[in-house]
Amino acid sequence: MKTLNDIFDQITEAFGEEDFELSEQDAGDSWITVMPHRIHEVAKYLRDEQGLRFDSLMCLSGVHYSKEEMLGVTYHLYSTEFRHRLTLKVIMPQDDARLPSVEQIWKTADWHEREAYDMLGIVFEGHPDMRRILCPDDWEGHPLRKDYKEQEQYQNMKVPY
Amino acid sequence: MFKEKGPDVTFSQPVEEADGLKTQEMIINMGPQHPSTHGVLRVELTLDGEIVTRAVPHIGYLHRCFEKHCEAMNEYPKVIPYVDRMDYVAAMNNEHGFAIAMEQLMEIELNDRVEHIRVIMAELQRIASHLLAVGTFGLDIGAFTPFLYCFSEREKILDIFEKASGARLLYNYIWIGGLMNDVPDDFKTDVSSFVKTFRPKIKELNDLLSNNKIFLVRTANVGVLPEKVAINYGISGPSLRGSGVKWDLRRDDPYSIYDRFEFDVVVGKGEVGTLGDCWDRYIVRVREMEESLKIIEQALESMPDEGDVHESIPKKIRPPAGEIYSRTETPRGELGYYVISDKSTSPYRVKARAPSFVNLSVLPAISVGAMIADMVAIIGSIDIVLGEVDR
Repeated sequence: MKTLNDIFDQITEAFGEEDFELSEQDAGDSWITVMPHRIHEVAKYLRDEQGLRFDSLMCLSGVHYSKEEMLGVTYHLYSTEFRHRLTLKVIMPQDDARLPSVEQIWKTADWHEREAYDMLGIVFEGHPDMRRILCPDDWEGHPLRKDYKEQEQYQNMKVPY
Repeated sequence: MFKEKGPDVTFSQPVEEADGLKTQEMIINMGPQHPSTHGVLRVELTLDGEIVTRAVPHIGYLHRCFEKHCEAMNEYPKVIPYVDRMDYVAAMNNEHGFAIAMEQLMEIELNDRVEHIRVIMAELQRIASHLLAVGTFGLDIGAFTPFLYCFSEREKILDIFEKASGARLLYNYIWIGGLMNDVPDDFKTDVSSFVKTFRPKIKELNDLLSNNKIFLVRTANVGVLPEKVAINYGISGPSLRGSGVKWDLRRDDPYSIYDRFEFDVVVGKGEVGTLGDCWDRYIVRVREMEESLKIIEQALESMPDEGDVHESIPKKIRPPAGEIYSRTETPRGELGYYVISDKSTSPYRVKARAPSFVNLSVLPAISVGAMIADMVAIIGSIDIVLGEVDR
């Protein structure tokens, strides 16, 4: 079982320091922030590396940080072998929110990434089936953004109630 | 078995055969209104005769913006009734999970009485949910009678819940830091008399359904989910254990007071067919009910008579700035809550990692090559609740 600091040291040793940041919190979980373009290789490393083996992606969530005008993706990883967990975060500007998909690494990400796209408009590059999942295909806007305004009409039906 | 799916739907061209007849793949929609889909699920099936060559689930018909609603609430306790409505046949477990997430973030300690009542409620709810799952699974396959037996037992559990919380399905009973109110005086006798009468009923269910010849033929070797595929897709709960993986959060990542109780983690063994088939997933649920009974008996034994259930409930719930991911084992698998707090009285973001949502995503991978009638068995054996898939 490794602590967050051990894991952070191991990642920076393998990938260099400039694209990673450790955020330690007083309450709740602490996390490591990764630059968007590194996430695919880091994810693959975390899954396959001896001593880490994060074989399970527990959850993948999109978040809108409206004050900073940023969109984020949070990855919650767990290793069933070593029983340690890790929170990874990717943060990117909201008008250009795209990052590599991790669907090829953990199949769990397939539907979760589609959900993050549907709800927040984050585009996962390399995902084989990047379309909406919960809203209809012709829905406008991304409902979980903090500045979301619902459309007036959907197929001749009044939307706001 | 596993087939990569592409983004576009391609219609196959008719193939001309030697005698001048043409064959063509057919696309058929199963659902959204179909009794075997357990709600409003549409599965787009591409069929070669009666064989499924491709299955694409379309979800979202029951989407009620759960996460947006949570953000719009002005107080944390108001989120709990929404949580009830995700997995509406196992509301106690959903509340329990959310309460635990908030208590971890706010570092609230609970007294033993609260913990014991919560565990008993969660395990009773697990039995009720599994009864519904195996009952309707039998119903899907054509066995009508076991469904009625299961429902009459489930009714007794709902009566216990009604006495404690006033509601039969959506309770709002487990609160952040405690419970809505203490259990009624005859709670212990009610529960122990249920445990006593329910044990023989499991044997009855096995005689009636589990070892029924027709049921075996319909479920053995159908919808095989191999261990590797299950883990990669993040499948959890009885569906994962049906593939032979000994993984249960109550034992492997204990929360609440589950580490104090003795119980077995039931796994599928491929007794009547291939490991990880529909029957294995089914029988795991049946045997888990017995394990839940064991936990309930132990909890009844050690439950203290003293303790205020309102003792640790904060007057104003205002967690520190930060975030938490916490997970619990519901009847359907790993339910995770990712809560971000910005130090106000309402959540900045709540994301629910719903087990049914993840479990359903494996459907395209395990249904290729199955007969169309087997689709009913496969969907039933995964045991999805669409309220939780769509949120």
